[in-house]
Amino acid sequence: MATYSTNEFKGGLKIMLDGDPFTIVENEFVKPGKGQAFNRVKLRNLKTNRVVEKTFKSGESVEAADVMETELQYLYNDGEFWYFMDPKSFDQKAAPKAAVGDAAQWIKEQDLCVVILWNDEPLQVEAPNFVDLKVVETDPGVRGDTSSGGSKPAKLETGATVRVPLFIEEGEVLRVDTRKGEYVGRSKD
Amino acid sequence: MAADGPCRRVDATTLRRVGQELARIRRFFAARGVLEVQPPCLGPAAMEPALASIPVPGAGRDGGTAYLQTSPESAMKAMLAAGSGDIYYLGPAWRGGECGRWHTSEFTLLEWYRVGFDHHRLITEVAELAQAVLGRRPVVRLTYRDAFVRYAGVDPLADSEGVLQAALQYQGIHVHGAAPGRDEALDLLLSHTVGPALGQGTLTFLEGFPASQAALARLDDGDPRTARRFELFVDGLEIANGYHELTDPAAQRARFEAEQAERRRNGQPVHELDERLLSALEQGVPDCAGVALGVGRLFAVAMGAESLHEVQV
Repeated sequence: MATYSTNEFKGGLKIMLDGDPFTIVENEFVKPGKGQAFNRVKLRNLKTNRVVEKTFKSGESVEAADVMETELQYLYNDGEFWYFMDPKSFDQKAAPKAAVGDAAQWIKEQDLCVVILWNDEPLQVEAPNFVDLKVVETDPGVRGDTSSGGSKPAKLETGATVRVPLFIEEGEVLRVDTRKGEYVGRSKD
Repeated sequence: MAADGPCRRVDATTLRRVGQELARIRRFFAARGVLEVQPPCLGPAAMEPALASIPVPGAGRDGGTAYLQTSPESAMKAMLAAGSGDIYYLGPAWRGGECGRWHTSEFTLLEWYRVGFDHHRLITEVAELAQAVLGRRPVVRLTYRDAFVRYAGVDPLADSEGVLQAALQYQGIHVHGAAPGRDEALDLLLSHTVGPALGQGTLTFLEGFPASQAALARLDDGDPRTARRFELFVDGLEIANGYHELTDPAAQRARFEAEQAERRRNGQPVHELDERLLSALEQGVPDCAGVALGVGRLFAVAMGAESLHEVQV
């Protein structure tokens, strides 16, 4: 079993804590001159995304989490699991709905996603930062009005809804920033 | 200098400023007739359980291992016993495994001893030195007990281990692994909660440490639950640690033996008793007060730096 000592702690390191995998967000070494040294650590639970603070006695060892980042291609979902494939080995992985989370509303078949694996199982799926998606439903466009600054909701092929300018029509392909859930522009592809 | 720090470009402005401040410190002591001394950088390993000495294989006697000094304290006490009078050291010290925003394994230490001073007189002098570098700041003196009552809601001298542990929970300090013991809980509260609140815009001296954390200080005659040990905090940073020095060799030997026992319990390497210090005490170290000050941290505050790495180019 791999372990890390506190003096190897740094941002991004993945460790096990109370049975869950965590990633270190911030690590601060604190020590009163004549007292015991501690590592004051901010950690993000990779299952729940919650950030917690924990203090470790310096020199202590903790179990490493077998967590790695891979890039997998999204195939399809059955409502319960989202299926991905390694484009090199063609290995398939099934990610439960909870691991896909918010990414579900942005990804479509064939998209390459960063998938974080824990003990070889998908733990977290990240949508690409930018996706190109077709508008399937929106109010009719207001032709020529490109400057009024008004906006309207548009439903995309994956089911997500974003605010778009008034001139956008059904059937157009838009570029969306998935981190903010915002329209960026018309797709250039 | 700090080999473990991020690689920084040498910045001539910082070099010049640091050099001017070092010269200012030397003038401060010259004006007071305190002699600069050069204790050896290599010597025996530190006994304190909280310190790790860095070994230098081949540098010891008969080709054995010597250690980079974590503090010049025992060498300087041997000088005091030999009749040196007031002395100071300004130079590097080394502590293994200490790496962070305010820690580097090599750092610049200023340590000085004043014969005939007690901790009160030395606190006054530490404040004068700090003001020479930082400019005028109000001086605050606060007992360890009052600081803990005010900032952590506990009485460090009277409250039980259970109460201290509850205070950790209340302060949001969650410790991994075994529940901390008494002194560990106090260290946690000091480094997480109390210390960061001290010295904001002031020079705050924390004094009257619990006897269990006396280190090399003598216990207070008036209240033997506390030791004549103080620390200076500036803008939440621990800058200096000083004592009205323990000069009784029997008491010192007992403390060393307790430290060895603690190292054994912790599974740390157990080093030989620091006979250099013990024989200095037996020979007779005069009644004195001494203090060690982190020069890099003091300069960092003076220069508005965000870490030690910015001033240790």
